[in-house]
Amino acid sequence: MEIPLDYETLRVIWWGLMGTLLIGFALTDGYDLGVASLMPFIGKTDEERRMAINAIAPHWEGHQVWFILGGGAIFAAWPFVYAVSFSGFYLAMFLVLSALILRPVAFKYRSKRPDPAWRSRWDWALFTGGFVPALVFGVAVGNVLQGAPFRLDSDLRSFYEGSLIGLFSPFAMMTGLLSVAMVVMHGAGFLSVKIERGAVLDRARRIGSVAAVASLVLFAAGGLWVANGVMGFRLEGVVDPNGPSNPLFVKTVAAPGAWMDNYGRHPWMLIAPILGLAGPVIALLGIRRHSHVLNLAGSSLATVGIIATVGLSMFPFILPSSIDPQSSLTAWNASSSHLTLWIMLIVTLIFLPLVLAYTAWVMKVLFGRISLRDVRTNPDFY
Amino acid sequence: MDMAVVELSRLQFALTAMYHFLFVPLTLGLSFLLVIMESIYVMTGREIWRTITCFWGKLFGINFVLGVATGITMEFEFGTNWAYYSHYVGDIFGAPLAIEGLMAFFLEATFVGLMFFGWDKLSKIAHLAVTFLVALGSNLSALWILIANGWMQNPVGARFNPETMRMEVTDFYSVLFNPVAQAKFVHTVSAGYVAASVFVMGVSAYYLLKGKWTNVARRSMMAASAFGLASSLSVVVLGDESGYALTDNQRMKLAAIEAMWHTEEAPAGLSLFGIPDMEAHETHWEVKVPYVLGLISTRSLTGEVTGINELVLKADERIRSGIVAYDAVEKLKVNRTDMAAREQFERHKADLGYAMLLKRHVADPRAATDQQIMLAAKDTIPNVPLMFWLFRIMAGLGFFFIGFFALAFYCASACQFSKRWFLKIAVAIMPLPWIAIEFGWMLAEIGRQPWAVEGVLPTFLAASSLTVSQIWTTIIGFTLLYGALAVIEVRLMIATIRKGPVEHHEPEEVRGQAGYAPLPAE
Repeated sequence: MEIPLDYETLRVIWWGLMGTLLIGFALTDGYDLGVASLMPFIGKTDEERRMAINAIAPHWEGHQVWFILGGGAIFAAWPFVYAVSFSGFYLAMFLVLSALILRPVAFKYRSKRPDPAWRSRWDWALFTGGFVPALVFGVAVGNVLQGAPFRLDSDLRSFYEGSLIGLFSPFAMMTGLLSVAMVVMHGAGFLSVKIERGAVLDRARRIGSVAAVASLVLFAAGGLWVANGVMGFRLEGVVDPNGPSNPLFVKTVAAPGAWMDNYGRHPWMLIAPILGLAGPVIALLGIRRHSHVLNLAGSSLATVGIIATVGLSMFPFILPSSIDPQSSLTAWNASSSHLTLWIMLIVTLIFLPLVLAYTAWVMKVLFGRISLRDVRTNPDFY
Repeated sequence: MDMAVVELSRLQFALTAMYHFLFVPLTLGLSFLLVIMESIYVMTGREIWRTITCFWGKLFGINFVLGVATGITMEFEFGTNWAYYSHYVGDIFGAPLAIEGLMAFFLEATFVGLMFFGWDKLSKIAHLAVTFLVALGSNLSALWILIANGWMQNPVGARFNPETMRMEVTDFYSVLFNPVAQAKFVHTVSAGYVAASVFVMGVSAYYLLKGKWTNVARRSMMAASAFGLASSLSVVVLGDESGYALTDNQRMKLAAIEAMWHTEEAPAGLSLFGIPDMEAHETHWEVKVPYVLGLISTRSLTGEVTGINELVLKADERIRSGIVAYDAVEKLKVNRTDMAAREQFERHKADLGYAMLLKRHVADPRAATDQQIMLAAKDTIPNVPLMFWLFRIMAGLGFFFIGFFALAFYCASACQFSKRWFLKIAVAIMPLPWIAIEFGWMLAEIGRQPWAVEGVLPTFLAASSLTVSQIWTTIIGFTLLYGALAVIEVRLMIATIRKGPVEHHEPEEVRGQAGYAPLPAE
């Protein structure tokens, strides 16, 4: 079969799709992660907390699929990245998985008993289910930017030489906190359009503005750190973007400061960091002016900008190796075969619009603010 | 490879997969039972059927959450624990997993929220459509995961690419329409339908025995016995035996199930009983029904069913051919353009995986002795006594369910489920479908050993480069987490069953303004 798109184009498309999925995950599930992290703080009474829970209850299952799909898509399109990162970040992955398993269970089971001790325990489970994944995802991104300690042998089997504690370097802690601030800002932004005016909404606005300031400061600081730090990798010699997916075929070296290269070559990419800085400001403006839509728009733009900044700074790198730059995974050496990328693109083009369409329809059916009255009277509510 | 890492990785995968699969069958079957019940509600308009649908829906929900939650682990465990596998076959295996997410998970997960929260926001027909989409989504997800699993049992449509050191897809169509996958899909979802039917029968029988909610229980039993009878027939008749003649490993699996050490004259007989002996390669006290096995597995009177010893000899040959392919790959690693090596590889590539079996006995397969080759060939025999008994229990239960549902059908028309002995049986047998189902999985996966992907990649090479302590940490962690969840789940299920169905009332208007004023539109 003749494939109408060349390998290089498909790799760039799939690099973009992977980014789109991660951003889709952060925008949808970030809402749930943020609200879950806020759980012990957002409501003073059980009913107030139930408002927040029911604002995410009908949606979290759909949102979580972005995470699962992200995993599946990376497996299908970037099997090297899937294999090396998940086995390398083994215990961190376990932390995330167990926190994410706890989260849906907490939503569902919290309401099954009126006992306050039971409910308070599930509130902390929810907090864990929101805070831990948000932190670990951020820490993981920090480690990806710095390079992970893995090497490939000639069979392309990967060996990881780091530890769980080793992941929490100062820079990675900062990106971890940025990630938490970002989802809290976004969760608070979403809550402000999903629940009725009152004490919970006021608290969401207050927490939201603190989180927006924190996001702004941490993102700016992270940018300065990357620009002046020792991070960065570069490909050397003849790079064939249409070549076979084998990292050992192209020479890769560590090059401090190289993560800024792309902005010099392609100034349009600066739009991403600009969005990352402008988003929190817009969210703050929205909170100030009582415009909840502006608030949510700001937190969404910030999420898009911050994640896109990481991706664009590193392109074509996806997962560089800190101990053996030669083993680094890039868009040109870590993808699936030409045919698989093409088939998966067709499948995505058919089903992703369908998914977006019915997700929007479900959102529309369930549209409306959750009120204290709903929480008190609706028998279907958690 | 550290064999402890491999064995622990297998243990963890088996634990998490089998735990996950405690919830999945009920999701598969109960979702369609909900569609049936709600359809009756929509067609007759009788409130009792809405009560019935909502009641089973509540139990479905408790179960569904754990199915989804534990499913996340599965999606990532290939990467965390089977990294070399993920690299080696990700080009093929990743696709059905991603499509599963895109096509099935989104469908079920997006609509399940609406199914629970949308009763008053949708018309009857629209809500029924939503319930149907949840059922469709969960069953489609089974389809894709079994396409992935079917490929591990019968890896069609792919070839090894020495430049990328992995398998790559050549024909996606044959991966999709893999006969092993198709047979597995029908067999697995039917088993889920049986499990759900037995579950509904059991809970309803409990109510009838207690004399509670009899109007709900009797109607639920009617629906479940019809659905159960159809599914229990389908699970046996459309069992996945049909794929057993396709590949050497599938043939080995069949021979192991039958503990058939030597090829017999066609058509071969089927053993009902026996004590297989792995050392002596023979089966003691065997009781055989002539002709049956040959008829079932080859669908003919003349088709031969190959014996274990003959298959080991064949493996020996394939290992020798595989060594030539392995040698060619090593030459190509040094020089990508070595034409002679490429030709050598093309001639022997089908057996490359067999050479890798040797890595358990010798670092470089090219240096293997005849004795090591024989050892590796014998590694292709799975655990025969285990296979033999797992199959007999699973298949025995399968036939038992047909009998049970036939009896249920008879009871429905003859006595309206009034016989207490029948109700007691219905309660007592509730765990049996899960035993049959878990044994079925063990049969499929243990039977595939020593391969992760049959003929392509041995299991012991597929694991990640982890340490024993890392895997113990996660095994203990998962056991504690899953154990706690199991306790909570079972308690909630029992509490919900004790509480029983709730008659549906229109939500009352709350008088007076509680809380805050509604916000005007922006």
